[in-house]
Amino acid sequence: MPILSLRNVSKNFGALKVTDDVTFDLDAGQALGIIGPNGAGKSTLFNLITGNIRPNAGQVFLDGVDVTQQSPMDRCRSGVGRSFQIPQPFGHLSVYENLLVAARFGAQLSAAEAEARCMEILRQTGLAASAGKPSGGLSLLSRKRLELARAMATNPRVILLDEIAGGLTEGECGELVDTIKGIHASGTAIIWIEHVLHALTRVVEKLLVLNFGRVLMIGTPAEVMASDQVREIYLGAEA
Amino acid sequence: MNWLDTLVQGLLLGGLYALFAAGLSLVFGVMRLVNLAHGDLIVLAAYLILMITTALGINPFLAALFALPVMFALGWVLQTYLLNRVLGEDILPPLLVTFGLSVVIQNVLLQGFTADSRKLAAGAIESQSLPLGPVTVGVMPLMTLVTAVLVIVVLNQVFYRTALGRAFRATSDDMVTVQLMGIQPQRVFAIATGIALVVATIAALFLGTRSNFDPSIGPARLLYAFEAVIIGGLGSLWGTLAGGLIIGVAQALGAAINPEWQILAGHIAFVAVLLVRPRGLFPRAND
Repeated sequence: MPILSLRNVSKNFGALKVTDDVTFDLDAGQALGIIGPNGAGKSTLFNLITGNIRPNAGQVFLDGVDVTQQSPMDRCRSGVGRSFQIPQPFGHLSVYENLLVAARFGAQLSAAEAEARCMEILRQTGLAASAGKPSGGLSLLSRKRLELARAMATNPRVILLDEIAGGLTEGECGELVDTIKGIHASGTAIIWIEHVLHALTRVVEKLLVLNFGRVLMIGTPAEVMASDQVREIYLGAEA
Repeated sequence: MNWLDTLVQGLLLGGLYALFAAGLSLVFGVMRLVNLAHGDLIVLAAYLILMITTALGINPFLAALFALPVMFALGWVLQTYLLNRVLGEDILPPLLVTFGLSVVIQNVLLQGFTADSRKLAAGAIESQSLPLGPVTVGVMPLMTLVTAVLVIVVLNQVFYRTALGRAFRATSDDMVTVQLMGIQPQRVFAIATGIALVVATIAALFLGTRSNFDPSIGPARLLYAFEAVIIGGLGSLWGTLAGGLIIGVAQALGAAINPEWQILAGHIAFVAVLLVRPRGLFPRAND
């Protein structure tokens, strides 16, 4: 049984259809990349999965359970973690405290378990030296790492990464990809929206192409890149 | 005029104002809600303590122990079923609702207890005093100030040393993102208002044992509390204590010069601080 399923999910904002009859499955431990032009509805799709917005039609399943009407809090506790395209740390909390919030309330760990888990994640994401710093004053790379670390601290079974490599240098991007590969290797399923394709294809097994809110195709990175339709619509090349 | 005695009496009075303000500061810090019914909720708590004292024939300090969980529950219910429904981008609905709540509480108390002044009888302790060098301080005012400091210390510990406090601060920072961390902001707000009314009950105990109260005095308590919170810097608990003490000292100094100037002197101090520090003495960095 897939860990996450979307069935005919649609979302309108007024007359604008931003998600149009989207259906796909994500198996446990799988890594799926989502690509598409700006405005294709990628981040909206994440909001529909986390419950920040509700669909006008269709259903979202977690482990076969219909969670379409569940709150973001319940979905987080059911194993959906998310990082944002624009990092949104809790600016009045330290880096370590940001993780503690996620571990205590999202993963529902005891105080001792949360502290141990957060220290482990800080080391894993290269943030150990910044643990006590106010999160509002971090560099872009550190804020991106914090987004990832905080999502991990909720103990997700599916982690949603929204353009986490955007704005980073080649070197920084490589470091982040290594961290994400480590998370994937530990068995966490990943859905990753990304424009930096070389980073994405180092991790994901499948790509989903979104265009005007519709799923254009799902396939291996090689299949997707070889598609004339994708090249024309997404990459702007002549078919 | 004995300036030292005036200063000490002002600080002791400021302790009471800090207690009035602490709950208001907590609620503002967590959910950016200015609760215009805060003063009336303090008066309501004073009447609740009075009712328990009368019904059970016990000391108001003991009665307050019974009133604390009742007021916590009232805060939780108020937030869950009323205030959470009007919190949002627009600050006007919560202001209107809490203003309406203030009117309702005053009229319910008027209906239930008449406009007569009441007082909580604490016994001999009310008139006891301690000689401290050149000044003499009342035991009750001293207890009020010590309690105010303890309340601020405890609230700070909760805010900065507990998981609940981190949830308060995270929710205050970003209501949307905390939901993705397993936190329901509405529940956090309900707990915060419950705690604010616990603090209001402690304030009510000292208000009722030190002076008379009637159903109409809530708005004036709100004004002192509001001034203390603004002087201290919105959302800063230690700032709130400092704000209460500044108002208290200003009022004592004003009264020492001319008894008619007591209240005016507090308001002048408020305006003076705002002129020098428009964001208050201890504003939170990113607010």
